[in-house]
Amino acid sequence: MSAGNGAIGNGSSNGHPGNGHRPGNGSGPAGRSTRTTGYSAFSLLRHGLTKSAWPRAWREHDLQRSYDVVIVGGGIHGLATAYYLARNHGIHNVAVLDRAYLGGGGSGRNTAILRSNYLTPEGVRFYDRSLELYRHLAADLNFNVMFSRRGHLTLAHNDASLRTMRWRAEVNKLQGVDSEVIDPGQIAELVPYLDTSDTVRYPILGALYHPPGGIVRHDAVVWGYARAADRLGVHLHQQTEVTGIDVVDGQVRGVRTNRGDIATPIVVNCTAGWSTLVSDLAGVSMPVQTFPLQAAVTEPVRPFLDAVVVSGTLHVYVSQTDRGELVFGASVDPFTSYSMRGSLDFVEGLAAHVLELMPALSKMRLLRQWSGLCDMTPDYSPIMGTTPVEGFYVDVGWGTYGFKAGPVSGEAMAEAIATRATPEIIAAFGLDRFGRGDLVGEKGAAAVGH
Amino acid sequence: MIQLPCPWCGPRNVAEFRYAGEATARPDPRTAEPQQWRQYLYHRRNACGWVQENWYHSAGCRKYIRLERETLTNQTRPAGAAR
Repeated sequence: MSAGNGAIGNGSSNGHPGNGHRPGNGSGPAGRSTRTTGYSAFSLLRHGLTKSAWPRAWREHDLQRSYDVVIVGGGIHGLATAYYLARNHGIHNVAVLDRAYLGGGGSGRNTAILRSNYLTPEGVRFYDRSLELYRHLAADLNFNVMFSRRGHLTLAHNDASLRTMRWRAEVNKLQGVDSEVIDPGQIAELVPYLDTSDTVRYPILGALYHPPGGIVRHDAVVWGYARAADRLGVHLHQQTEVTGIDVVDGQVRGVRTNRGDIATPIVVNCTAGWSTLVSDLAGVSMPVQTFPLQAAVTEPVRPFLDAVVVSGTLHVYVSQTDRGELVFGASVDPFTSYSMRGSLDFVEGLAAHVLELMPALSKMRLLRQWSGLCDMTPDYSPIMGTTPVEGFYVDVGWGTYGFKAGPVSGEAMAEAIATRATPEIIAAFGLDRFGRGDLVGEKGAAAVGH
Repeated sequence: MIQLPCPWCGPRNVAEFRYAGEATARPDPRTAEPQQWRQYLYHRRNACGWVQENWYHSAGCRKYIRLERETLTNQTRPAGAAR
């Protein structure tokens, strides 16, 4: 893999290096002339007074016979890739296909936690860039994504995890990321109702405190990217399932869908859960196993929990949304599956673990539970960039950490496609690393309890 | 919650088992190149449908067993002992 053509732009239009390989000249048929209603306090007031209907956030189109780029998967990764292709690189003739509705997969099923306190320098740099993009996302997209920086705590219940956290804190500081190890006294100040006594089964010895971490409204991120991409001329096709990818002489020629065939030189696999199946259509083998991950949410209560609290030993993470619901997540299920049914087994274990941390929650009632699919890779890092099939790009293998990486992935994938060179920031995540045995050592920090 | 057909213990709760992954063919150690070992280590078919799998009955007979599972519906059926 050709590594990098310099650092990625800082969110401004970083233009195109003009190496003559740009796929098409990309002029969106509907163009960019549809900027009629931006969201603002004034438009809110106007719509409130006149009671006029808000325009649809994005349009529907007939399927064109050809596109410059076809993106499979209408979640945050696919939509962000389309948005940055159009905004940063001027490639507007792009289609995003989703077999169901936008944001119905992992983008709508995650627990919306953002952080960048990873273990490897590659990981820290990458996720920190994403956090930086998230900070300005609401202004960029003209859509309130409700990003709330409230601090992120990873609890240590034994000496081994405390040691890993000291290591992570040092790696983070070297990369300029705010992160430090704090003691149980400081934790008790930050998180009321947390049982920090030393008489429990898993006493809390310390925590990795990451102040820039927080939560965001995941649906708003999806809708914001969809609306912004639509305005730049990208076609969003829902209920459009890819049934085949045409590859001739090792090169992508088009995709077949349930709504007709599309000719395209570039297909980007931005799916989660089904990434193996979509890659199989192009004849590309993936080192991915699909595991369900379950989460649950309680009834809303008054705001009491400001920080995001994660316990790797107890396999649980807790945060309180702006509506007051407590969102609980866990580690992936113990075996692979494409099934998205929740299990009672999970709820029992989750409740026990949450009460171990916060006994005061024993009277809370769960509102609902759900499950999403996580494509786990052997090294808990994504697979991004080119494949042996020319024109077939992947942005998959996002395991349990895909949502927080959405913006930076879109930015980097757009650059990889537009410039035909792998950006430095994703150089470590290529598919070819598995053949070389050059894996990324992110296992210690990718999520809980792996 | 699903039950797995153990050839020695009969249908048992999945919580008694440890998932040992898709049944794949091990390369011949005398001839395999590093590339083939990595393929064997990392790549899985990860199919959506009936799959042959190995499981370890850790809270039962403590034997490795092989069975077939439909990965979308989690239906299972026996496939004989693995080793």
